[in-house]
Amino acid sequence: MNTKSNFRKTTADLLMLRQGAYRDAIVLPIIAIATALLIGALIMTATGVDIYTIGRSFAALGHGAFGSINAISETFTAAIPLILAGLGIGLGFRAGLFNIGAEGQIIIGGLLAVIFSFTFSDLPTIVLVTFTLIVGSLAGAAYAGIAGVLRAVTGAHEVILTIMLNLISYRILDYALRQPFIQKDGRSDPISKSVPGNGQLPKLLDWIDPNLRLHVGIFIMVGAVILLWWLIKKSKMGFAIRTNGENSHAALYAGMNPKMVIIGSMALAGGLAGLAGAVQISGVLERASPGFSAGIGFDAIAVALLGRSHPIGILFAGILFGGLEAGGRQMQIDAGVSIDLISIIQALVVVFIAAPLIIRTITPWAFSKNKRTS
Amino acid sequence: MEIVKQTSLAIGFTLLCTASANAFTACQVTDVGGIDDASFNQTAWHGVENAIANRGIDGRFLESQSETDYAANLNALMDGSCDIIVTVGFLMGEATANAATANPNQKFSIVDFAYDPTIPNVLGQIFATDEAAFLAGYLAAGMTETGTIGTFGGLNIPPVTAFMNGLVYGVDYYNEQHGTSVSVLGWNTSSQEGLFTNNFDSLDDGRAFAQNLYDEGADIVMPVAGPVGLGSAALAAELGSDSLKIIGVDADLVATDPERADVYLTSVLKRMDSTVEAVINAAMDGSFEGGLTVGTLANNGVGIAPYHNFESAVPPELKAEIDAVRAGIIDGSISVGP
Repeated sequence: MNTKSNFRKTTADLLMLRQGAYRDAIVLPIIAIATALLIGALIMTATGVDIYTIGRSFAALGHGAFGSINAISETFTAAIPLILAGLGIGLGFRAGLFNIGAEGQIIIGGLLAVIFSFTFSDLPTIVLVTFTLIVGSLAGAAYAGIAGVLRAVTGAHEVILTIMLNLISYRILDYALRQPFIQKDGRSDPISKSVPGNGQLPKLLDWIDPNLRLHVGIFIMVGAVILLWWLIKKSKMGFAIRTNGENSHAALYAGMNPKMVIIGSMALAGGLAGLAGAVQISGVLERASPGFSAGIGFDAIAVALLGRSHPIGILFAGILFGGLEAGGRQMQIDAGVSIDLISIIQALVVVFIAAPLIIRTITPWAFSKNKRTS
Repeated sequence: MEIVKQTSLAIGFTLLCTASANAFTACQVTDVGGIDDASFNQTAWHGVENAIANRGIDGRFLESQSETDYAANLNALMDGSCDIIVTVGFLMGEATANAATANPNQKFSIVDFAYDPTIPNVLGQIFATDEAAFLAGYLAAGMTETGTIGTFGGLNIPPVTAFMNGLVYGVDYYNEQHGTSVSVLGWNTSSQEGLFTNNFDSLDDGRAFAQNLYDEGADIVMPVAGPVGLGSAALAAELGSDSLKIIGVDADLVATDPERADVYLTSVLKRMDSTVEAVINAAMDGSFEGGLTVGTLANNGVGIAPYHNFESAVPPELKAEIDAVRAGIIDGSISVGP
């Protein structure tokens, strides 16, 4: 009798959890995005944009994000590095680590990738590209590993460590780009030699239109999503990471080694960010310049938050952010609305996602069931 | 009443759309400084605005937020709705060349980049800004009280260092003529190395770099980094123009940054507005050709702005000398160089 009711209670708990998770994963982001767009419209109104231009700019946002083959190509091109780096950050969240360092890991990964690529330009395409990506990942992993080791050994906080490592990476990049064996011949500004033609990730759609930039990095990204899903949900290491994230004391008593979990998940996160940098270099940019990371590492934090640290969630969040970027461009062209507005909308989405209580408070009806059952 | 207003707006909007479908459209992609940088991008955009006012064309712009946006922004304009695309800045050189080669029927014009060999559908606009900066250097050398002038750039690229070279050569020429020993901090013409913020958007850097130069004794500073210079101007406004004066670049900063008009000794003008407008006119009239146009002192493509608030402070003899130097550069008797 007792066991039976316990069992029922546990099942109900489980279901409730699933219901809550469903709301967290689906309803919350949708309301957050809608609210962000609404407030974006209010801000536009406040800056003297008339209602037709606002409508037109939102139509342009949708059209520029998903309305044509070019739009979809641009959306996914922008989404690839965001998702890769976002997966790493999400993994860190699962392990209880707040890794702000993806930007620096992208820089170090991309920098080493471009150096490797132009140094070994004689290798055949498949070998060169593969090793370029591996070198980029390892560089990112090693760079993040510094923070991981310091955190595990000394207990210094990873937020501080990764922020400082970001700053160091900017200067490493500035310095490296001025070195004669890296700097592009004939240029006096910091810019690297170009990735050779056989070191570039092949474009997927250039047979339709040479302007379509989508590259095979999308398969790498999808592969990474599946791998991370398996790693977190199914593997022993994923279990250790999740346990450590929930309660590191419990993990310790269960015989897991929290230090190894910290170092391992930081290195893995850095590897993914470094891979994002290498993919960006060999798929899109073809060279490194001082601003090549372009804030992807910070946007990826938002992507990981929006995706609730779940690989599938991060996939969709990354596509959304890629769409906002591509659509934001169309918004400028069609309606003459400032690109800064897109940044505001992105920021608002993050605010509402990161602070779910705001959304729960302003739209209580969407979560009323949840309240009743609990 | 509200409905009537909205309906009429809607009709007006529809009419506007139909009208603009036939109009000539000029599109511009800016550099990371942004369209309202008070100097570089704004001056180039001013050319499109003039064409809008004078020829009734449509103008659109896309701002680049980072260097990674160049190719993406150009891509977004490839749907055939732009009759000409103007890309602003040396750093867009590769992205523009790629887009122009992939889209041979699209007309392009790029500010600050000369292709060798030229691309048939791209017109490069370059400027002999060293000639105009030479005049500014001469003026600064005549006006400085500390005997030290400062400069810094955004990036060590030719369109930026042309200003810095010209400034130093102008100061050197003044020293030669007057037996003075005014020095310039921040740029070495023989090593072609100097002080750079490595960005075109941080006003904080503009302030910090000007502060450093001021601390080293400079009382006139020429920032060559687009909107970064506004940070330097803010510092000068706080210190007072007796302590620190700024030489603007690209646009007449007194006009584009009127709140701090009293800190600008003069500005080195790079008349991208007139070349951009000329390119648009050529494209409209069917006389567009790829290649190169060069703005010089002789064809008024570059120059220095009026002294404005310093009109009475600049001695008449110095003004006369500067006019003579300008004439000398134009007729070739004075060479802008070491």
